[in-house]
Amino acid sequence: MHAFDYVAPQTVAEAVAVLSENGSEARMLAGGSDIIAQLKEGRRRVKVLVDVKKIPEANELSFDPEEGLTIGAGVSCCDVYENEHVASNYPALADSTELIGSIQIQGRATIGGNLCNASPAADTIPTLIVLGATAKTAGPDGEREVAVEDFCTAPGQTVMQDGEFLVSVHFPAPAANSGAYFLRFIPRNEMDIAVVNAAASVTLNAEKNAFASARIAVGAVAPVPLYLPEAGEALAGNEVSDETIEKAAEIARQSARPITDMRGTIEQRIHLAGVLTRRAVRGAVERAG
Amino acid sequence: MPGEDFLGIKDYKVLGTRPIRHDGVDKVTGRAIYGADVQMSGLIYGKVLRSPYAHARIVSIDTRKAESLHGVKAVTTVNDIPVPEKKIEDLGEGAANMVDLRANVLADGKVVYDGHAVAAVAATSAHIAETALCLIDVKYEVLDPLLDVREAMKPGSPLLHDTLTTESLGEDTGTASNVATHFQHKLGDTESGFAKADVVIEKEFFTDTVHQGYIEPQNATALWNPDGRLTVWCSTQGSFTVREQLAGLLQISPVNIRVIPTEIGGGFGGKIRVYLEPVAAILSRKSGHPVKMVMDRDEVLKATGPTPGSYIRVKMGATNKGKLVAAEAYMAYESGGFAGAWAEPGAMCIFAPYDIENVAIDGYNVVVNKPQTMAYRAPGATNAAFASETIVDEICERLGEDPLEFRMKNAAKEGTRRADGPTFPRVGHEEVLKAAMASDHYRAPLQGRNRGRGVASGFWFNVGLKSSACASVNVDGTVSLVEGSTDIGGTRTSVAMQLAEPLGIPAEDVNPVVADTDGVGETDVTGGSRVTFSTGWAAYNAAQDIIAQMVERAAKYWEISPDDVAFDDGTFKSRSDPSKSLTFKELAGKLNETGGPVVGRATVDPQGVGGAFSLMIADVETDPDTGKVDVLRVTMVQDAGKAIHPAYVEGQMQGGAAQGIGWGLNEEYWYNDDGELTNASLLDYRMPTCLDLPMIETIIVEVPNPGHPYGVRGVGEAPIVPPPAALANAIYRAAGVRMNVLPMSPGNVLKALWNKNGS
Amino acid sequence: MAGKVHVTTNVNGEETEFLCEPRDTLLDVLRDNLGLTGAKEGCGNGNCGACSVIVDGRVINSCLALGVEAEGCEITTIEGVATSAGLHPLQQKFLEHAALQCGVCTPGFIVAAKALLDREPEPDEHRIRLWLAGNLCRCTGYDKIVRAVMDTARTMKETV
Repeated sequence: MHAFDYVAPQTVAEAVAVLSENGSEARMLAGGSDIIAQLKEGRRRVKVLVDVKKIPEANELSFDPEEGLTIGAGVSCCDVYENEHVASNYPALADSTELIGSIQIQGRATIGGNLCNASPAADTIPTLIVLGATAKTAGPDGEREVAVEDFCTAPGQTVMQDGEFLVSVHFPAPAANSGAYFLRFIPRNEMDIAVVNAAASVTLNAEKNAFASARIAVGAVAPVPLYLPEAGEALAGNEVSDETIEKAAEIARQSARPITDMRGTIEQRIHLAGVLTRRAVRGAVERAG
Repeated sequence: MPGEDFLGIKDYKVLGTRPIRHDGVDKVTGRAIYGADVQMSGLIYGKVLRSPYAHARIVSIDTRKAESLHGVKAVTTVNDIPVPEKKIEDLGEGAANMVDLRANVLADGKVVYDGHAVAAVAATSAHIAETALCLIDVKYEVLDPLLDVREAMKPGSPLLHDTLTTESLGEDTGTASNVATHFQHKLGDTESGFAKADVVIEKEFFTDTVHQGYIEPQNATALWNPDGRLTVWCSTQGSFTVREQLAGLLQISPVNIRVIPTEIGGGFGGKIRVYLEPVAAILSRKSGHPVKMVMDRDEVLKATGPTPGSYIRVKMGATNKGKLVAAEAYMAYESGGFAGAWAEPGAMCIFAPYDIENVAIDGYNVVVNKPQTMAYRAPGATNAAFASETIVDEICERLGEDPLEFRMKNAAKEGTRRADGPTFPRVGHEEVLKAAMASDHYRAPLQGRNRGRGVASGFWFNVGLKSSACASVNVDGTVSLVEGSTDIGGTRTSVAMQLAEPLGIPAEDVNPVVADTDGVGETDVTGGSRVTFSTGWAAYNAAQDIIAQMVERAAKYWEISPDDVAFDDGTFKSRSDPSKSLTFKELAGKLNETGGPVVGRATVDPQGVGGAFSLMIADVETDPDTGKVDVLRVTMVQDAGKAIHPAYVEGQMQGGAAQGIGWGLNEEYWYNDDGELTNASLLDYRMPTCLDLPMIETIIVEVPNPGHPYGVRGVGEAPIVPPPAALANAIYRAAGVRMNVLPMSPGNVLKALWNKNGS
Repeated sequence: MAGKVHVTTNVNGEETEFLCEPRDTLLDVLRDNLGLTGAKEGCGNGNCGACSVIVDGRVINSCLALGVEAEGCEITTIEGVATSAGLHPLQQKFLEHAALQCGVCTPGFIVAAKALLDREPEPDEHRIRLWLAGNLCRCTGYDKIVRAVMDTARTMKETV
C-alpha cells in the first residue's frame, strides 16, 4: 500500500474543509472494507483518508414513525440489522445488510460506504432505491439530498463532487400494506459478490389482492444498480398473480444489459434478472400481507 | 512381512484412541510459530516483481532505480542463480528439473504465465520493497498466450519453449512441441473387449485448473552467513526436499544448508516445490541481512503450483450381465508453464476400482501459459475419476443396475491387475462397498423435488519413501521423539502413538518434535499419504531399538543373560525368575545406573505400501431456475487400514470431501483471453465456506495393510477422488443433466439445463 | 506526508501504545509492532477470516482496518482468549474434537466463535455456520469445528 495521511474530523465542517483542501486526492473512510482493499490492490490512490466515524451525524441511527429512518454513513451493517426498528419496519434493509460479506465485514462495513463505492453489484443499493431512500451529502456549498436511484453514475462513481461527502441516508416511513424484499444470487451461500441481485417494494390495496404501487431495482446487470420504474408500473393497479409478477420479471430481463465476467455470463445474468425480480416481488408481497 | 503378527489384533492400548494432539495448545492459543511469524534481529523484507503477461519475451530488466531507493538492500534477477546442469531431482511427490525450477523461481528470458516472477527486492520495510518493485523497468515483447490444452497440442501451435521436445513412450522424439510427455498403458485388447460389450459409452470431459487453497501463503526467511552457511525457515511439506532443491539451484553442499521447517498452514501437495526460498537466500547473501518473504494471496493463486486442468475422453463397455469388459482413456493434462507429470498418477487411478480385462490409456502432459502445476491431494486422480465414475454411473443406468451392486460385481481386489502394471495386494475395496451399502445414508430414502443421490468410487495408491526417527528415554519413563515429517494434520500424534504402543506407554508420555534438516535423518515429504505409514513405521522401529537396548539394561541390572529377559505388555521380566519384573517406567529410572541414556533410532524406506479405496455418497438439491447445487448430505467411506488416530482419519476424510466438493461445484481458474487470471482472490476463487457444507459423515473401514507393522495404509488423498463424480451423478438424478464439465457451477449447470430443454 | 502516528489503545486488557504509519493495517500493527502473531494473514482482503480480532465487541478482519483506527478501542486477540485460569472452553473443545489440522485458521475461528458465544450463548448449527462463513478452513471440512462450537455452547450453559 502506498503512503497516505489519515484524519478523523469531529464535525461535518471539518470534514468538508479537509476534503476541499485535497480535492480528488481525498477519500472518505467508513468501514474500510472496500477502500482499504482497493488501496492494497493498487486500484485506488489517495493522499488523505478522512475517517467519517468520529462525526456525530455519521453515527446517527434513528427512527420516527412519521419521519422515517436515518442511518449515518458510519453506522455498521451489524448496527443496522440488529436495530429493532429496522427489523420491524425495514426488513429488506436487514436482508441486504445481513448478506454483505461476512460477520467480520458486517461489523465494519456501512450502507454509506456501499453506496459511495457505487459497485454495480452493491447489495444495499437496490434496497435503498426501492425503499425510496435519499442520500444526504455535505460539501463546500452546503448540504443536499439526492434520491438514491440518481446517486451512482458509473462503476465507482457518484454524483458527489470533490469536497463533498455522504453524511447519512434517509428512508421514508413505510406505507400501510407495504412490504419490501431483497435477495441476490451467488454461487456459494455466503461471501460472494452478487451475480445478480434484486429488490422490490410493494404497496397492496386494502384487500391485499392487488398492487397499489411498486418499486423494483436490479443490480449487477448494468454499470449502475438499475431502478426499473416500468417494472413497478407493470404491477401497479393489477391483481397479485403469477401473470402480473411475470410482466415485471420480463421488464427486468429486457432492461438488463450486463457483461460477461468471472462471476457470470450475459445470458445467465439476463435470465437471473427475471428469476430474482419474480422472487423479490413474491417476498415483498408476503411481507405486505 | 514384519506386520503379519500384528494383523487382526484389536486390543491395542494406544492405537485407535483419540488423544489430544501434542501441538494442540500452541495452535489454539495462537502461540504456534508459522513461517510468517518468524522474527530475528536485522530482518529485512523481500518482495517479488511479477509479470503482468501470460506469455512474453523479456527484452530487458533495468533495476538501477530500485537499487538506489533509500532502504533497498538488494535486488536480484535470475542472473544471480547459477546455470544448473540439466538435472532431475526427485522430490518424493513429483520431480524437479533444475533448469525449469530456476526459470520458474525467476524468469529466464521469457515469462510463461501471469504472475511469473521476474525480479525481487529486499528492503528495510515491506512498504519500501513494494515501492522499489515499481521502479524496476522491464521491457517485454508480448506473445499470444496458449491457454487450452488441446490448442497447445495442435501441430503448428506456437511453442512455449524452443527447447522442449516430446518424450513419447520413454524415448525423446526430438520433435519440438508443447507436448512434454506421452505415455501408454495397455492391458488385454480393447478392440475385442468392446466387441463383447452390450453397452458402450464414450464421452469427453473438461476440468479446470484448481488450487490447493491452503490458508497460509508461501513464505521463506533466509540467512546466508559470510561463512557460506545458509539457514532457511519456511513453510514446507518437506524440509529435506527444500534443502535438496536449494543445493541444486544454488550449487552448494547440503551440509551448508539448514532448513528449519516452521509450522505449516496447509499444503495438500502445493508446498513441495520451492518458490521464495532460493530468492530469499540470494537476497540475504547480497544484502548481508536475514530476509523474510511472504506471498500475498494473489501471488499464491497466480504463481504457485495449482493442479492441472484437463481434457479427458473415456470409453467404457459392459455386458448386459453387468460386467465391465473394456475401457479406454485419452488423458491430456495441462502442465502449466513448465513440464509436469500429473497425467501419470491419474492414469494409475482412472480404472483402478475395477477388474477390467481390456484397458488402453494414453496420457499426455502439455505445457500451457498457466503456472507450473503441482500435486494436489491424489494429484491427477480426481480429474480422472470425474470422467470414469460418471460413465460407470451411466452404464448402471442403462443396465438398470444399482451403482453399488455394479461396482461390487466389478470390484478390483487382491490379485486384480491394474492397467499400469501392479497387481493389487490385499485391498479393502469390497469392504468399502459393503459398508456403503449398509450405511444409514444409502438406505435412507431421498425425497423431494429436484433432489438426487449419487455415488462414486476413488482410489489412491499411497506412497512409502524415506523416514527417520530418533527417540530418547527419559528417567521418568517418558520418551522424547524427534522426527522429520512436517505436521500438517496431527501427524506428530499419529507417529508418537506408534512409538507409545510397542513401549506400552500412553501417547501423552511421548513428546514428539519435528526437527530441522540437521536434527534428524533424512525424511521425505509430508505427502502421498505417507507420514502415518512411513514415519509411523520409523517410530515403531525406534521403539523396537529402545526395547532391544532396554532388554540389555534389564539383564545388566538383574545380572542375568539378555536372552533371559522378555518384554511383554510394557513390562520387562526374567523368563526364568518371575520375581524379576520391571515396568518400562521403572527400568527407565535405572538407566543412569546401568550405562546411561538409551536412544532408539530408525530409518525406513518401506515398500509394502497399501493402496486406499474410498467412496462418496452425496445427496444434492438443484435449483432449476438458477442452476445452483446445494449439498444436502454426504458420506465418505474409506479403507484406512488401521486407523491410528480415528479423529484425524475422519478429519482427512472430511477435509478431502470438502475440497472435492469445492472442486466439483465452484472452484476454477478464470483466465481472460489475454491469459490474465481474473479471480486471484479468495472472494472469487470460491472455496466452500462452512455454510456451503453439511456435516460430513464418515465410515472408516479397516482392512489392515499387510505391508505395515500396524496395517496402516494412509488416508490423506483417497477422499478427494470421488466427490466431483459423486456430485455429477447426484445432479443427474436431481436435474436430469449429465455434467461433463468442472466446475459444475450454477452457470455451467444452467447452461446444461438450457441445452437439455432446447432453449 | 505525515510520518508515524501515535495510537493509544487497549489490547487484551492492557493499555497499549504504538507508533504506526496510516497505511499500516491493524493486523500489521498487531503482528509486527506488538508481536502478537496469533492473528494470521491468509488473504489480506477480508475473505478468509484468519486475522479475526474483536474490536469493541465486534469481530472484524484486522487486515481491513487501519492501525490508526484503533485509537481508544478495546481489542481482543487470540492471545487474550485464554486466561491464567486456563484455556477458554472453546480452545479446550477444539482440542477434544480434533477441530484443527494445520491450525493456521484456528485462531480466527476461535476468536470469531467467541464473539458469537459472547453474544448468543445458544446458537444452533445453522447460526454457527452462518456466523463462521467468513472464516475459511481448508483442512477440516468444518464438521469438527462446528461440533466443537456446539459442544462449547452446551458445556458453557451447563457450567453457568
